[in-house]
Order: sequence, then C-alpha cells, then structure tokens
Amino acid sequence: MTTFRPDTAEQARDVVAWAVSEETPVEIVSRASKRAVGRPMQTGHTLDLSGLSGIGLYEPEELICQAGPGTPVAEIEAALAEQRQMLAFEPMDLGVLLTGEAGKGSIGGVFAANLAGPRRIKAGAARDHLLGFTAVTGRGETVKSGGRVVKNVTGYDLSKIVCGSWGTLAALTDLTFKVLPAPEHETTLVISGLDEETAVRAMSAAMGSPHEVSSAAHLPFAIGAGDVAGPATCIRLEGFGPSVAARAAALEGELAGFGGSQGAVEGYLSRDLWRAIRDVEPLAAPADRPVWRLSVPPMAGPAVVLAIRSAVEGADHYYDWAGGLIWIALPPASDAHAGLVRSAVAGAATGHATLVRADESVRAAVPVFQPQDPGLAALAARIKASFDPLGILNPGRMTAGV
Amino acid sequence: MKMPEPDREVLERRDEIVAALRAIVPGEGVIADDREMRPYESDGLTAYRQLPMVVVLPETTAQVAAILKYCHANGVKVVPRGSGTSLSGGALPLADGVLLGLGKFNRVLDIDYANRTVTAQPGVTNLGITHAVQDRGFYYAPDPSSQIACSIGGNIAENSGGVHCLKYGLTTNNVLGVELVTIEGEVLRIGGKHLDSEGYDVLGLLTGSEGLLAVVTEVTVRILRKPATARAVLVGFGTSEEAGACVAAIIGAGIVPGGMEMMDNPAINAAEDFVNAGYPRDAGALLIVELDGPEVEVDFLIDRVREIAEANGATSLRVSESEDERNNFWAGRKAAFPAVGRISPDYMCMDGTIPRRQLPEILSRMTRMSEKYGLRVANVFHAGDGNLHPLILFDANQPGELERAEAFGADILTTCVELGGVLTGEHGVGVEKRDLMGSMFSEIDLEQQQRVKCAWDPKGLLNPGKVFPTLHRCAELGRMHVARGQLPFPDIPRF
Repeated sequence: MTTFRPDTAEQARDVVAWAVSEETPVEIVSRASKRAVGRPMQTGHTLDLSGLSGIGLYEPEELICQAGPGTPVAEIEAALAEQRQMLAFEPMDLGVLLTGEAGKGSIGGVFAANLAGPRRIKAGAARDHLLGFTAVTGRGETVKSGGRVVKNVTGYDLSKIVCGSWGTLAALTDLTFKVLPAPEHETTLVISGLDEETAVRAMSAAMGSPHEVSSAAHLPFAIGAGDVAGPATCIRLEGFGPSVAARAAALEGELAGFGGSQGAVEGYLSRDLWRAIRDVEPLAAPADRPVWRLSVPPMAGPAVVLAIRSAVEGADHYYDWAGGLIWIALPPASDAHAGLVRSAVAGAATGHATLVRADESVRAAVPVFQPQDPGLAALAARIKASFDPLGILNPGRMTAGV
Repeated sequence: MKMPEPDREVLERRDEIVAALRAIVPGEGVIADDREMRPYESDGLTAYRQLPMVVVLPETTAQVAAILKYCHANGVKVVPRGSGTSLSGGALPLADGVLLGLGKFNRVLDIDYANRTVTAQPGVTNLGITHAVQDRGFYYAPDPSSQIACSIGGNIAENSGGVHCLKYGLTTNNVLGVELVTIEGEVLRIGGKHLDSEGYDVLGLLTGSEGLLAVVTEVTVRILRKPATARAVLVGFGTSEEAGACVAAIIGAGIVPGGMEMMDNPAINAAEDFVNAGYPRDAGALLIVELDGPEVEVDFLIDRVREIAEANGATSLRVSESEDERNNFWAGRKAAFPAVGRISPDYMCMDGTIPRRQLPEILSRMTRMSEKYGLRVANVFHAGDGNLHPLILFDANQPGELERAEAFGADILTTCVELGGVLTGEHGVGVEKRDLMGSMFSEIDLEQQQRVKCAWDPKGLLNPGKVFPTLHRCAELGRMHVARGQLPFPDIPRF
C-alpha cells in the first residue's frame, strides 16, 4: 500500500501510467475529505493530488479562475472574496456531516463530486461552472478539454462528464472555472408555521415570481442557526441593496396568502442560516444515522417524504431547492432503509437518491448511488471504459464494475 | 471541404434501403426524389451542399428507433437534422447517408408551471417554447438569433447560446432531461424534472455533441419568469480599446448585464444604413448594455453603468426611456448580418471566443489580415463573454474570393486559439471548423473524444465527417498496450 503524492502533473501521469502497466487499481484523492462517500474500494495504492495545489491564474475581470485540484476550497473562496467575487454554485462542505470537521475540502473534490449549495436553483451546479480541465485518464494519458473562456462549444463538453464522476474517469490535474460577482446584500424572508405541502407551494410561487429568488428551503424544525424557529420556510434574496429591499417587500405581499407569520433575517444571520442548510448541519448529529440526499421534482417533495416517514419512525428531514432537494436522516439499519427510500423516490416519476453518509458495511451492502436502468447503466459502463479500460481509477466507487 | 468517401456498396443498395425506410415510415415521410430532396441539401452554412441518399421524416419515437436500428444493422450512415439552421454545417447531408429530419416532432407535450418546466418534442422551435408559456409571464432563456426557426433539438445538439447567455447560461445550463434513441435503436430517458444526475452527467455530454452521439426525441427544459423590466444603454466610444475597458469596468463593478454587445465602425455603419437605429456613425465602437430585472434594480444599475461609461471616455450615451426605444437600440445589432449582406454579395460569419482583454489585439490583427487577404471585415461581438462574430465580406462570383475568405476565417480562428481562446463559442465545429481542431487539441485529446463517441456509436454511423478531422475505427482507438512490469515504480514523494 503506497500513497503517491506528486508535485507536478507529469508525476501524476507517471503514477497512473505505472498503475496501468501493473494493472493495479488506484484510489484518487485530492484532500480525501470525502473519502467516506461511495462504495468501499479494493485499491492497493493511493494517488494523492494535494501536492497539485494553488491558484495558477485568477482574472476577476474575465470572470475566470484556474487552480490545481488540491487547492483548498477555503483558499479559493478567500481569494475571490478579496475581489468581491464568489463560486456562484456555493459548493457545499460535507465535512460536518462526514467527519464533524468543516473546511478540509479541495476544489478538485468539489468538481469531482459536483457539489452545489442552496443557490444551485438560480446559479447552477458545479458542473455548470467548470470551463476546462487537464486530467490523466486510465490509459495513463494526459488530456485536456474545454478552455478558459466562458463561451465555448469546441468538441465534446467533457467538463460535464468529469463533474460528478468521483474520480472514476480521470485524475484531474488542473481546473479552470467560472467565477461571478458576489452579491452586495442578502435578506432571507422567513415564513413560520406552514405545513410542508403549503410551504412547497409557497416556494414554488416565489420561484415563479419575477423577484429573482436565489434559494428556497423549508425547515420543519429549528436548526440552531440564523435565529430561526421551526417550521420555517426560508426564501433568500440577493443583489444590490435597493433591489433586495424592493423585492423583499413585493414578495412578502405576494406570499401573504399562504398564511403563517412573516419575518426576515439579514446579514450574518442569513449567511449563517444558509451555510447550515448547505452543509447539512441540522442532520449531522447523531453521527450513527444514515443520511440520504434525494433530488426530485420540487412539487413531489412532500409526498416522497411522507412515504418514507410513514414507514419508519425517527426520521428527520428538511427541504432545499424549493422542495426539490430533500436531506433525510433515518435510524441506523444494515441497509439504511434503501428499498424504502428508493421506492418513495420512484413514486415521484423522476429523481434519485444517494446514500451520502453510512457505515462502510452498509455502503458495501446497498447501492450508494441510484441504480440506473439497464440501458443507461450499460452506456455509463462504456463511457467508463472509454476513459479507463482496465478499471484503474477509483474502480467500484460509484457502482460495482464501474 | 473533404467529406468521407461515399460507400459505393451502400449506394448500390439504395432502392432496398428506401423500401425498408418506407416500410417503417409510410406515406410521404420518405423522400427519395432529387428535386424534393433539394431543400435538405444544406443547412445555414450554405457554402456547402450535398444531396442525401434519402430523406426520412419520422413522427414517432418508435419510428426513429426502427430507422436507427435498421441503419445500424445495415451499415448505413445517418445525419440528424432539426430545422437546418446550423451555421457550421452540422446537418450537411452525406451522399451515402440517410438524412433524418425531426421536423414532424413539433408538439409541446407538457407545461408544468409549479415545477417550472416544459417538455417538448425536438422539432419545436426555440421561440415556440417561450410562446407556449408567455401568457403566464414565463420564457425559455437561451435565445440564439435564429430562435424563430431553430429547433430545441438542434439547440441541444449545438449547445446554443444567445445574447443573454452571460447571465442566463447556454442550453446546457437550462436543459433538465431528454428522451434519446441510440444508433442501435435503444430508447433511453435521462434526467427529468429534477436537478443533477444520479450517475455520470450523460445529459451534459450529449448537449453540444453536434448529432454525433444520439438522436433526441423529447426534451425537458426549465423555464423562468420574465424579468419585470429591461432597459438598455447605447454608448459610443472613440476606440474599441475604450469600449473594451468599459466592459471590464462594468463586470469589475459586480454588474452582470442581461446582454452586452459591441460593434465596430464598419458594422455600425452597415447597420445604420440598413435600419436607421440612430447609431453614432463616427464612433470607433458601440456598446449596447442591457440591464434586466426588478425595476428598482434596473434603474439603480443604469445609473452605475452611465457613470462607468462616462469615466471610460464615452463619446455618446443614450438610455432607453421606453420599450420602443430599447427595441430600436437592438434593431441595428439584430439586423447586423442582413445589413452586411446588403453591402456585400456574400459574407462569412465566424465564431471564435477570446479572453476579453485580448480584444484590441485581435482587432488590430484582423485589420492586418484584412489588408493581407484584400477582403473587408465587420465585427459584432458578445462583449460580456468574449464571443466574436467577424463577418468577412466577399464575392463568391469572383474567382478565388471564397477560398481567400475561408483562409481569412481560418486565420482569425487560429489567432483566437493563440490568444487563449477557442475555435467556436456557439456555432459548433461541424464541417466548417473540423480541420482546425488540431490547433486547439492534441491528437491524444481528439482520440479521447472519439473514444467517448465509440461508447455511443461503435460503428461510427452517426453524423460522420463532422467535428473530427480524422476518422478512426473504434477498435483501433480502444487498443491498449500494457507493458506489464516494465515501467519502474514511480520515483515520486510517497507516504
């Protein structure tokens, strides 16, 4: 068991080329903060990309930034903040949920896992912001794709397929991504006392308004952040001061018909609230409970939750993405209630469920990522083989045999 | 432009192929007569023409699946086509290929305001989606200039953009799901009304794949509520450098305009001759900056943009005070292509992207190239995202001018790559830029892209001759020599 920690992209390629020549599988990590996500792997060696760290290029006026995969997210966010810019997709930090420790993630991990936060419904996911990359494929070859400009349709958009591939297609050695101006102000409207059906309808009305809502979440219980009691329906407005004020006033009026009592949180309280929602802090403890992440059509959220909660006692959950993202913690079980969760999601017509946190034995026993229809699964396996024909890179992390 | 050599053996089987297609799509859905196939011989890149072997216009997913299954089993190439508005020859037929037209897939299937989605067949036009939802104040954001004609299926194939894409994204950022048919005739559904993929982002890979991976038969997109208001500022500058500095300053101030367009002096004058939009004819460059959103925000930002423009040496500045005036500001820009068409017998529209700060450099190089090739050029430019549309003016009836225009265009695009940009921002590679791919990608990069194609289309039957300069057989691409035990253990820091 060897851990290789290259200092250059060429060295990273040499490691993969050696692994290919030995036909030996390799675990790919950049800072390993999300090692506990996915199926357990049988890899003899680790390629640790944390040495490929640092911002190589940051051009605020071109709205682009380029960095090595091992660069801490915190370092990038600090550099952007100095220029009043941000990663608009608001990458979530899984650290609190997985290890109890935040701030350890890398930018390579963010893109490899396609992590986005509450602003995803307005600004898109990580995959919408990766402009180009260089990586080593499972053939031991260095390939590049995309570019460093925001508008580019030259060749296949391989940036999309590496985002969310969890290191199973290629080891990223360099990333170029889009950055955007950070909003000057933020305000969160809080409607207290709505039931879940009504809350989702209210969030749908807010999203369908012209008031440019950037996030909408419903918290059935007080989460200990943002000074908000539950049940609370939270709607975030961001932008220039006068605009935020005018939109908040208009939205209050338009949502009055849904009932409940209205309030607002501003500034650091609002930021704290959305950080907690983003990082699944409300479900972090107790740490032995499996935590699922469900993506469904927003209006289907409450029925999916009801189907799960009526079959198992002791579940806790909340909604983000206007109802379309459900985080739910269930009592410990050897299968993490996978059958129940996935049949509930199937009732929503479209969607998927990912077992984000569970013991290793559970992750070995049940599919962590949503099983696909046979045709799509076969296509995914062929795409994997097109990058990594011998199954060298993170084999089996997403699905058995891929 | 050299296309793959037609397969004589397939051409000899033409009657049999036409009969087989007629058995799948009855009636007028199969066109085999040369005169009737004429409308399909080219797309929006009219410099290249080729009659297909046969045109087939299916109406159902089952028919599409049966056609593709037949073609796959019988080694027949297929070129998919939406509305045929591609500017890069993406739908250029093949002499030995079936042209698969999706024009009859023209229904909107589902409008879901609560989840903010529309599901439509691929032949529905881009604007058709907005028309279906605009009575409730919604719209579909990507707005390519051809939106009145181009199909949503074609938008997926090309990952189409538009003047508003800096703020609202390209097609890939606005599509949620598709039903597709593989070349083997298998029907797959990807995505739906939820966000993000459960596994590999196959939808993201498919978007912008120029009809080389699969045929889309149904599309689900997200719709947005129309911004409450929009106003535009029309600013003249002495030079393109000053206009470029103004663009940088606007973005530097944290403002992301709904649209930000630049025109150079030849384009300003061509547009002004054509539509009389009130553009300053003596300006070296003109900027149109459109702010959209809540009224109070737009008013607030208009003032900021005005200050920035004045600080950056604006020589003229007008703010739209009515919807009519705003539309008038745009009229010249939107008519730029036909306006240039009026002053020249032919023109060629290029589509490179550069890092914005390289604008003065590329413009001065274009001026030199214009002298070298003896051809005029006018520039319109998506200033916010660095996407250039140089229009090269030529006369195809003059011997050698088309070839000179092509060489001029290639020179511009390779210069874009040299300056840190790319060959195509939104029109696609198609056949037009196919042979320039080597200026941006190594052979290894291109081989990896083609391996991805092999995962979908192992026989290389879907739209061959587009995007990739050299065709490789999948077996050859998949080959891998494993030198077991021969590479030394890497001498790299380890723990």
